Amino acid sequence: MQIEPITHRNTQLSQQTLLEMYWHMQLSRRLDERAWAIHRQGRIAFHISAIGHEAAQVAAAYAIHRGVDFVAPYYRDLTLMLALGMSPVDFLMSLFGKRDEIGSGGRQMPSHFNNRALNVVSTSAVVATQVPQAAGLAFAIQYKQRCGLVDPNDTTQPRLALTCLGEGSTSQGEWHEGMNWAGVHKLPFICLVQNNVYAISMRVDQQMAVRNVADRAPAYGVHGITVDGTDVLAMYDAMSEAVQRAYRGEGATLVEAKCYRITPHSSDDDDRTYRSREEVEQAKTRDPLLRFRQFLLQESILTDSSFQEYDERAKAIVEQAQIDAEAAPYPDAADAAGAVYKSN
Amino acid sequence: MAEVTLIEAIRQAMDEELACDPRVFVVGEDVGPRGGVFRATQGLYEKYGADRIIDTPLAELSIVAVGIGSALADLRPVCEIQFADFIFPAFNQIVSEAARMYYRTNGSWCVPMVIRAPYGGGIGGGLYHSQSVEAYFAHVPGLKIVVPSTPYDAKGLLKSAIRDPNPVIMFEPKKGYRAIKGDVPEGEYTVPIGPARIAREGRDVSVFAYGMMVHYTVEAANKLAADVIDTEVIDLRTLLPVDKAAILESIKKTGKALIVHEDTRTMGYGAEVAAVLADEGFEFLDAPVRRLTGLDVPGVPFSHPMQDYFMPNPDKIAAAIRELARY
Repeated sequence: MQIEPITHRNTQLSQQTLLEMYWHMQLSRRLDERAWAIHRQGRIAFHISAIGHEAAQVAAAYAIHRGVDFVAPYYRDLTLMLALGMSPVDFLMSLFGKRDEIGSGGRQMPSHFNNRALNVVSTSAVVATQVPQAAGLAFAIQYKQRCGLVDPNDTTQPRLALTCLGEGSTSQGEWHEGMNWAGVHKLPFICLVQNNVYAISMRVDQQMAVRNVADRAPAYGVHGITVDGTDVLAMYDAMSEAVQRAYRGEGATLVEAKCYRITPHSSDDDDRTYRSREEVEQAKTRDPLLRFRQFLLQESILTDSSFQEYDERAKAIVEQAQIDAEAAPYPDAADAAGAVYKSN
Repeated sequence: MAEVTLIEAIRQAMDEELACDPRVFVVGEDVGPRGGVFRATQGLYEKYGADRIIDTPLAELSIVAVGIGSALADLRPVCEIQFADFIFPAFNQIVSEAARMYYRTNGSWCVPMVIRAPYGGGIGGGLYHSQSVEAYFAHVPGLKIVVPSTPYDAKGLLKSAIRDPNPVIMFEPKKGYRAIKGDVPEGEYTVPIGPARIAREGRDVSVFAYGMMVHYTVEAANKLAADVIDTEVIDLRTLLPVDKAAILESIKKTGKALIVHEDTRTMGYGAEVAAVLADEGFEFLDAPVRRLTGLDVPGVPFSHPMQDYFMPNPDKIAAAIRELARY
């Protein structure tokens, strides 16, 4: 299979950072594949995949102030979460519904991410609900700066809110209202739409009459850009520009990452009912992980044998994480009744 | 003590909380220079400025969603929904998001947000400016629901709501905004979310009501005193969580229960009160539990004769109490 080369070159990333980013993509892919495997073995009930989205997500994570800036993710953001600092065992705990699962203590389905320590706010399954909430997070940043509650230059505080969603979710009114707020209030806000062509079975041309999601940005008075979401370097530069715009108080950006959902929507989906195998195979020539690997090889940043080491290491980490997660306790049944209200 | 209107008490609560906590802000449609369509926020824009009294796009969903996001970032939003009838575009954000946040994150995030919404009929508002929507939200664990009937409670409950770490909805009986007056102390006080109050003590019949219906019931009860029917009126004040103890305490005394609300009957809040009575108060009951409510029609009709037919009023309440007393 001929992998399409990365053509974008204009980036300031060091070799060290490129390798870190590659590592997160590689780890995410192996973890994701393991989730599909253990689902087929009947060990878990559900998995929803990030395969094909890794470049867009790792670039987003590295462009923001990781662990400090607010992130309101969506269910496909496995790579983003790993790059922000979630551990593989955290993810596997959610697949198994274990007590010490960090986001919800086993209450939420897998991939409904939340991590308070990383300033990642909880996400639901009702798509696009996170978008106007993220506008609220960005509004709070602006409010605190204007009212003197935080110093705008204090880099230990969140200075922007990033939210992610798929292109199908942009059909929701919630998306419109969130974008409108971001525009009206010129918020430090980035909306990253990961346009992977499909919302379960529905192709993008059934979601919208315009060619690109980002074409709608001017209607909200925000900056919009469409990027090759399988080219990690192009994604990083686009995201960095959006981040700088937010930090400088220049308002919101809508970044559309065009990628392709290589897997079915989730473990409950059968994508053979609505798309051809040829189409999927063709899309794999733009697999973001393979494109990045090819780039790193061509630039002699890494060798074939080093890639082998990365891969072995990722597999070993995933293996150990699965062992640890399976051995971890389930919640007490009566935990179902707990923590409905916070006490005063 | 100074006598103030219900709306003035609400305004005072926001004013005081804005003054003492810089994280508190008001957000809604026309709440800025206009001072709110009911004038609840009058003068606040001039006092606290555009950074803290936020006029929004005409979109209820994002008023609530932005409130949720800013509450997650440790601010204390007070969201105004202009009429309770217009809260449904935000239903998803309230029910799927705000109410579930604490539970679904195993306590790692909370949503300290208040939603204020004027509700209720009898004001010539027709189907879309008269609704009572409390039952939809009282069904949702994770929310707290308060409905004050007096200026004292409105101020005290709103201050408690703003300080509460959970999402609280305050439904305000808008027909009483200016009609209801009462004493409010000068200094700091709060009314806790949870406990009901006895609005009128009595021995023969218990009436459970909230909002405007408390006033109608007290009026009816005062008339019936001449008939030697001694009516107890319980102002529920907080609908969620349910104050079961207060309901049971009253029924132990009277043995007869009438529930009055202007919301429609089927699956209305009165059904829950009746269930509490049937389940835990059965041995004290001397008569069937009765409900006097709005009609089971899709909304309050506009034209006055039809509106009046829909609405409970003191005469209808008095008739229902009399019938129950005779049982």
